[in-house]
Amino acid sequence: MEKLIVAGFGGQGVLSLGQMLAYAAMYENMAATWLPSYGPEMRGGTANCSVVIDEKEVASPIIAVPDCLIAMNTPSLLKFQDKVKKGGLVIVNSSLISEKCNRDDVRTYYVEANKVAHEVGNDKASNLVILGAYIKLSELFPKQVIMDTIAKQFAAKPQFIPSNQACFEAGYNLF
Amino acid sequence: MAERKLMKGNEAIAEAAIRGGCRFYAGYPITPQNEIPEYMSWRLPQVGGHFIQAESEIAAINMVYGSAGAGGRAMTSSSSPGVSLKQEGISYICGAELPCVIINMVRSGPGLGGIQPAQGDYFQAVKGGGHGDYKMLVYGPCSVQECVNLVYDAFDKAEKYRLPVMILGDGMLGQIMEAVTLPEMKDPATFPKKPWATTGEGFGSTRRVVNSLYIVPDELEEMNHKLQKVYDEMCKNETVFEEYRTDDAEIVITAYGTVARIAKSAVDLLREKGVKAGLFRPVTLYPFPTEALDKLAAKDSVKEFITVELSMGQYVEDVKLVVEGRKPVKFFSRTGGNVMTPEDIVEFACKEA
Amino acid sequence: MAVVFEKSKMLTDTPLHYCPGCTHGIAHRLVAEALEELGLQGKVVGIAPVGCAVFAYKYFNCDMQEAAHGRAPAVATGIKLTNPDNVVFAYQGDGDLASIGMAEIVHAAARGVNITVIFINNAIYGMTGGQMAPTTLLGQKATTCPAGRDAKVNGNPIRISEMLATLDGPSYIARCSLADVANIKKAKKAILKAFKNQVEGKGFSFVELLSTCPTNWHMSPVKALDYVKNEMTAQYPLGVFKEVE
Repeated sequence: MEKLIVAGFGGQGVLSLGQMLAYAAMYENMAATWLPSYGPEMRGGTANCSVVIDEKEVASPIIAVPDCLIAMNTPSLLKFQDKVKKGGLVIVNSSLISEKCNRDDVRTYYVEANKVAHEVGNDKASNLVILGAYIKLSELFPKQVIMDTIAKQFAAKPQFIPSNQACFEAGYNLF
Repeated sequence: MAERKLMKGNEAIAEAAIRGGCRFYAGYPITPQNEIPEYMSWRLPQVGGHFIQAESEIAAINMVYGSAGAGGRAMTSSSSPGVSLKQEGISYICGAELPCVIINMVRSGPGLGGIQPAQGDYFQAVKGGGHGDYKMLVYGPCSVQECVNLVYDAFDKAEKYRLPVMILGDGMLGQIMEAVTLPEMKDPATFPKKPWATTGEGFGSTRRVVNSLYIVPDELEEMNHKLQKVYDEMCKNETVFEEYRTDDAEIVITAYGTVARIAKSAVDLLREKGVKAGLFRPVTLYPFPTEALDKLAAKDSVKEFITVELSMGQYVEDVKLVVEGRKPVKFFSRTGGNVMTPEDIVEFACKEA
Repeated sequence: MAVVFEKSKMLTDTPLHYCPGCTHGIAHRLVAEALEELGLQGKVVGIAPVGCAVFAYKYFNCDMQEAAHGRAPAVATGIKLTNPDNVVFAYQGDGDLASIGMAEIVHAAARGVNITVIFINNAIYGMTGGQMAPTTLLGQKATTCPAGRDAKVNGNPIRISEMLATLDGPSYIARCSLADVANIKKAKKAILKAFKNQVEGKGFSFVELLSTCPTNWHMSPVKALDYVKNEMTAQYPLGVFKEVE
């Protein structure tokens, strides 16, 4: 079972990053729940989603102790870093977060997601850079599963597939 | 191969309703169920159905009354404050013996309350929130797939007993995305005929009247007894529940809806600690699964019950009514839109033990 | 012997419960005759209101639904969209339509939903015993304004037809009187037109009928008719307020 919290500003692709994993789980015949924060806090404020992926049916979609935190902005890191389980994974978008994670009992990785996305040529896809790093570090799915998932999710706008896949790969190749 | 899709609870409910025969929807925007009217607005016309954004919750439920009375498969949805407004119409629908489906994606209250998940509308749903003696078939699904399965057959049940079927969900259930298998579209031509429906042909002795007015006390009393018979029959046939690891359980955690999933994880965590925990989950909130819970309460191995709910104590009353003091019934809740974690339940169970 | 008058077959044989001198009976007859003359038997669904006409479902010889107070236009909308070939009419009084059901009638009209609404305006709550209605005239006595309606205390009467005529949705809006034979004939024409519009798919049609309530006005039937002719018609002028060809 993998329990992941993705958090950041609305508009950073936090929710779609989580959804991408839920889709990948479905394509792999695994079970997944994707639970977003909802309501006024989404509008311009912070957004987060909890994703639980399991071989069998997922029971609780609510996560008290995540295996992994992906923090896309500073408030998200401060809000969730203490909850991550010992030995868990914290991925910090260091393009926007200057603070360091306050935990020494978790594996912390810093990813300049916005910078990498810009260099690859898709400023909107910093979330996919982070996703790439996460997939590499967590080994949750083989790389190709996410590459295929990106292709399926952008099937209606195929012109966006290559640059999104490129951002994912750039993140994947960071580690 | 069956169609598998990743869907939000709200969207899945809308699609399942359509596949189950829904061709009329009226509703009014309210968080956290807006995906239902939004989905219906584009999807219903594709299947020759009608969507109306009503001017009010009251108008919406009364449009459903009209459509259901005219023989349609009609649905409305809302969240707590909106469902309070619909109570007038729900009472009339029950009085006029009309089948329909009503979705309540419960948010926190009372009053305007908040928009986060809650279960404070339990009494309103299962004891009758409107005036007069009536009951509905009330489901408390815990997953998107269960929403799909229950809503898909909800119109068949509603028409069998001629009463509303209510889905009592919560904000989480509407927003959560899970992979679901969608059933085939039901063919409206196969639906049973409704000789009572006002389809316009009535004249003279064939005239149909959809009505809940019985001005003569004896006639209304007879009607009350007739309705009760239907409710009794429904209780006999439709009670659904789930038990999880209760075989040797000493602590039986009981909860419904999304909370029951959280409780299920708590059961597993407790078992890892060596605590013999199990879960009892009603799927039908009315009829309440009295018989099954009674059996658990009578079991020697069961030492105590813990009810877990997102209200100040509503569901727990029905549990206590069945347990009848034979075993302690402990109560753990979060409200205001807060949701407990599996770990919170474990902590409560261990602290109280 | 020649038959000079027959009850419309679109009325049942159930005796009406209305008070002596009340014009609900005339309104029922006109609606039934219009339905019959247009050959709509076997296609009609009517909606009864809450108020004096609450038992209308017993009188019209067609499929009927009884609505909650004020909700007839919403119920009619549900019926019409479910079975668009039906001719659907709502029969409502002033408390039902102009007070508790104001939202429903305004939005049904704004939507232009293709139904026909018959609005009985007798400026009083009849069924509940003579309380003030939204259409009660200034100075008119009611059990909840025993000294007569005072604008400062009780607010002002509402002209529903004029108000609905400001909307783009309706295809036909008329106000008629049931106070004398000439006006009853005009009312019949308006009702015919309102149903014909629906048959032709023109959209929402509305006929307001100024009516009497001798019992709660505490007047003889004849004086009540005079009250409609003189006082009510002054406040609620007769005429066609909207007509879309």
